[in-house]
Amino acid sequence: MLSDKDRIFTNLYGQHDFRLAGARARGDWDGTAAILARGPDAIVEEMKASGLRGRGGAGFPTGMKWSFMPKQEGERPHYLVVNADESEPGTCKDRDILRHDPHKLVEGCLIASFAMRAHACYIYIRGEFFNEAVNLQTAIDEAYAAGLIGKNACGSGWDFDLYLHRGAGAYICGEETALLESLEGKKGMPRLKPPFPAAVGLYGCPTTVNNVESIAVAPTILRRGAAWFSALGRPKNAGTKLFCISGHVNKPCNVEEELGIPLRELIDTYAGGVRGGWDNLLAVIPGGASVPLLPKATCDTILMDFDSLREVRSGLGTAAVIVMDKSTDVIKAIARLSQFYKHESCGQCTPCREGTGWMMRVMNRMVQGRAEPDEIDTLEQVTRQVEGHTICALGDAAAWPIQGLIRHFRPVLEERIAQYKAGRSARPIPLAAE
Amino acid sequence: MAEHSDSASGESFEQPATFAFDDASRTEIATILAKYPAGRQASGSIPLLYVAQRQMKRTTGSAWVPRVAMDAVAAELGMAPIRVYEVATFYLMFNTRPVGTYHLQLCTTTPCWLRGSDDVVAACRKATGIKGWGETSADGMFTMTEVECVGACVNAPILQVNDDFYEDMDADKTVELLAALRRGEPPPRGSMSGRLNSAPTGGPITLTTLDSHPAE
Repeated sequence: MLSDKDRIFTNLYGQHDFRLAGARARGDWDGTAAILARGPDAIVEEMKASGLRGRGGAGFPTGMKWSFMPKQEGERPHYLVVNADESEPGTCKDRDILRHDPHKLVEGCLIASFAMRAHACYIYIRGEFFNEAVNLQTAIDEAYAAGLIGKNACGSGWDFDLYLHRGAGAYICGEETALLESLEGKKGMPRLKPPFPAAVGLYGCPTTVNNVESIAVAPTILRRGAAWFSALGRPKNAGTKLFCISGHVNKPCNVEEELGIPLRELIDTYAGGVRGGWDNLLAVIPGGASVPLLPKATCDTILMDFDSLREVRSGLGTAAVIVMDKSTDVIKAIARLSQFYKHESCGQCTPCREGTGWMMRVMNRMVQGRAEPDEIDTLEQVTRQVEGHTICALGDAAAWPIQGLIRHFRPVLEERIAQYKAGRSARPIPLAAE
Repeated sequence: MAEHSDSASGESFEQPATFAFDDASRTEIATILAKYPAGRQASGSIPLLYVAQRQMKRTTGSAWVPRVAMDAVAAELGMAPIRVYEVATFYLMFNTRPVGTYHLQLCTTTPCWLRGSDDVVAACRKATGIKGWGETSADGMFTMTEVECVGACVNAPILQVNDDFYEDMDADKTVELLAALRRGEPPPRGSMSGRLNSAPTGGPITLTTLDSHPAE
């Protein structure tokens, strides 16, 4: 078990005061001016050396992302935008940072913005997090009042403004360019890339979009050193990570642990084990709704990090672990995700707009078994036609859960179809997607 | 003159003839517009739609954005009205028709479904008499909306009432909650099973060895 002294989020459960006094007692805002005094390049180098990979799902190295910003501020201002649009089903880690440890995020915003030569930062928080936004705004106001941000932030000579912006219920705005569109006051429809946000982002200016957790861990990494952080976790999968364990476990919870912890240990140690015991496990979605599920046999030994999960054709994603025991109708569990992606498609790209609806309708028939066995292959082929053929990754995210289901649970699909047929004599008239 | 609109379910409702931001809203708008650079006030479209929706809640008891309010937002921001209509209809949290005093937003996405969101939905239907999604009870007290993942999955299932999450729900707790709302006595938000936020039931098993000044 990770030692408490190596945990970054020491108020994860809101046991203590989230306000400035409490945050200071937990070590936040300690020596921030000295960190800034190292200069932008040294900060970026330290973040690179820490091995931190982005905590929003894609796992791109954070320090490298910061280094893509122009080294000098030109005519256009630079922006940091923090993605607090946490909406990936299963994921509720940023929520705890926003409501219980908001000063870690505010301090991280200052340091990261300074490192990327940005005088302004917007935090885009999902609209449903109303009460979380209240806490975060309290922390921002406190930081202004204490001179930690604003003019001459922390006495560093750097002027820094931080603004909170609420979204209004659209999963797609978690995609970074859709988020920028939304922040500019438009429908959240992803932009074609290139140009990438580091060149043309918010208001046409150089912009970096980072996840809440990536930014909130930065101050602690810079205080304790890259060597401390990179010694935790596994090679190329450094550090600690917030895990969300939901579904059929005895004690669902959030917890901070080292990357690379065995999935079974994570569930047994922190979430009270699988309901009915480990042998009652059917499958786990290890990284939020969009990653393919893992059957129990894989769950027995898999390690929870980016590269280990990739090797088994799934992903760490947001480290949101959704556990399903043997009572689960796994077809229905995935069909409900298909409904989610159909609902959340922005409608811009045809393969996604039409494909998510088509896949949902076929999945709903698969739940009943009202299909022909060869339609399983047709469904698989359609997921391949959506995947990689859209502007953003929502099309991929809609395809992957179905691919995982077919890869690991094809016999269950076939059995459901056989059961349905057994209850009906004549071969049904072939159907379109409906 | 007021115009009438037909909702998807066939119920008609009245679109007010006029809308003007009141003084409380004007104060909020000034704070909001200070956040965005000159010439970028369109960024205020979502925030101002919220201001309009809150004003409707304050003045009529129903949190929704009539078309005249969208027009007021457009005028305030110097935007074409169609751009504001696009935003108001793209984002789920803007109600383009009236809702009840308590807007029941039921998450039924897989993590909530695995933990029994079907029971919460059934309990809400039974207690309110509401049959379909998006409908309002006859007494105007409740509206039921199916929502996608609200991002509190380790406390599933979630029933969001207006701005507040009620967590770790089941059928019985739903019945109790709705009865309390009917009495005008909303209980404190958060876990209905009494646990501490996202900590495991029974209390945290991590972060137990730190004093208030963790060694750095």
